[in-house]
Amino acid sequence: MYPVIPNPIAKPIDAKFGEKDLVKRSASSITPASPRQTQVAKLIDVSKCIGCKACQVACLEWNNLTEEVGVNVGVYDNPHDLTPNTWTLMRYTEYENPESGNLEWLIRKDGCMHCEDPGCLKACPAPGAIVQYSNGIVDFVKANCIGCGYCVKGCPFNIPRISKVDNKAYKCSLCSDRVAVGQGPACQKACPTQAIVFGTKDEMKKWADFRIKDLKSRGFKNAGLYDPPGVQGTHVMYVLQHADKPNLYAGLADNPRISPLVEFWKGFTKYAGLTAMIATAGFGLLHHVVAGANRVTEHDEQEAKKLAEK
Amino acid sequence: MATSTEVARGDAVHRGEPVTVDRYTTGARINHWITAASLVLLALSGLALFHPSLFWLTGLFGGGPNTRAIHPWIGVVLFFSFIGLFIRFWKLNLWERTDNVWLGKIRDVLTSNEENLPEVGKYNAGQKMVFWSMSILIILLITSGIVIWEQYFGGYFSIEQRRLAVLVHALAAVAAICVWIVHVYAAIWVRGTISAMTSGRVTGGWAWRHHRKWLRELVSGK
Repeated sequence: MYPVIPNPIAKPIDAKFGEKDLVKRSASSITPASPRQTQVAKLIDVSKCIGCKACQVACLEWNNLTEEVGVNVGVYDNPHDLTPNTWTLMRYTEYENPESGNLEWLIRKDGCMHCEDPGCLKACPAPGAIVQYSNGIVDFVKANCIGCGYCVKGCPFNIPRISKVDNKAYKCSLCSDRVAVGQGPACQKACPTQAIVFGTKDEMKKWADFRIKDLKSRGFKNAGLYDPPGVQGTHVMYVLQHADKPNLYAGLADNPRISPLVEFWKGFTKYAGLTAMIATAGFGLLHHVVAGANRVTEHDEQEAKKLAEK
Repeated sequence: MATSTEVARGDAVHRGEPVTVDRYTTGARINHWITAASLVLLALSGLALFHPSLFWLTGLFGGGPNTRAIHPWIGVVLFFSFIGLFIRFWKLNLWERTDNVWLGKIRDVLTSNEENLPEVGKYNAGQKMVFWSMSILIILLITSGIVIWEQYFGGYFSIEQRRLAVLVHALAAVAAICVWIVHVYAAIWVRGTISAMTSGRVTGGWAWRHHRKWLRELVSGK
């Protein structure tokens, strides 16, 4: 069993990180906080998940969210997708393992992966609407969000959702408010099997190694850690029984990265676009200085008169 | 000439001192200025979301969320307004062989050496290029704009489609702004042009110098 994070003391304590600890801030140039705080991570061990949805409930509860009553279409996923109110969602996959012949119930807790290189933050046009703290947590700052939906295009995991009520973007905050006072996220607190554990990224990797060894000893020879390098690693990691096939787990991206379309849009286009506009205006100015105005002469007026009176 | 090919409805010559020529009707001018105002507002609100250093422009529209909400609606206004301009002007903007000759002598154009250029109808090749590139760019902008109009159309398109649309939208907008700069600059550089869109009239000398074929047809049509 992983050591349990103790309950908080009743006395209020100061937040351990905040505005001064940002390493990235959307649409802004900042000096990253240095040195960085210890990197944190949430580890989701899919092999230990029993699909009870306590994490979903705890997430709603802690973040004061209410999900609409939905309809049952014959699957366990409830609601059917992430929403502005459902920041984490159990996704159930029935997988018939061709090697063992066993039916495996793969239950993946979907939600923000807190990428080290966050595509949402790269795409965001509103200064400070998306921030990354020096401990790795990627957070949406509602007050600065303009609801454009660029984060949806930037995210390689299809996580952010735009509310139809207030037109703001929502996603898992990794309970940054809880982590700031030394607690783990609400989902981790609620998990009855320790399928979700929380700590420093190094501790989580070490614990994952232990879990992977255990899984391998039980015949899952491809068990492994999901910490995709395409986004420079994530601060939410999975232990997967079949780490060679992440896509089995309700379409988890095999090799997530920020889309080249987004990189081109936010890289080349942004700078070349401004340059092109300034260059065009500059050409006009230069032309006017060199060539001067194109004026109608008295001769032109006389010719027109002659023509008109013919 | 039985039918004139270069004259639009409302174009007319008034003899006098100086000769004046009606170039744009009141309807065409109102149509033009609605389009122009929309385009300027779209450029300002769009640039605000295009580059972080221009985000302050959202202040002109009442902040970020308002800018995000208003921009697409102005786009709708521009689209329908431009359709009006398109219907008015497309025929006289059809490409002709002399337009290639005119373009081939671009050096004479830029040095105001008008006498070396072929006689031009209501629009020269440069104006036609502005017209057609704006037509194409506005179609690109409205279609890609709808795909990324999160509030109403967010659910109808895949994320990959939306990524492509946002890139197309940015590139087309940059091109449209550059074309717009050329359009405005040409109107300033060629003195006597702006009155065509304010009072609707130009002087006979202006028409003789820049659109002689148009003037000839107008006169002979009388």
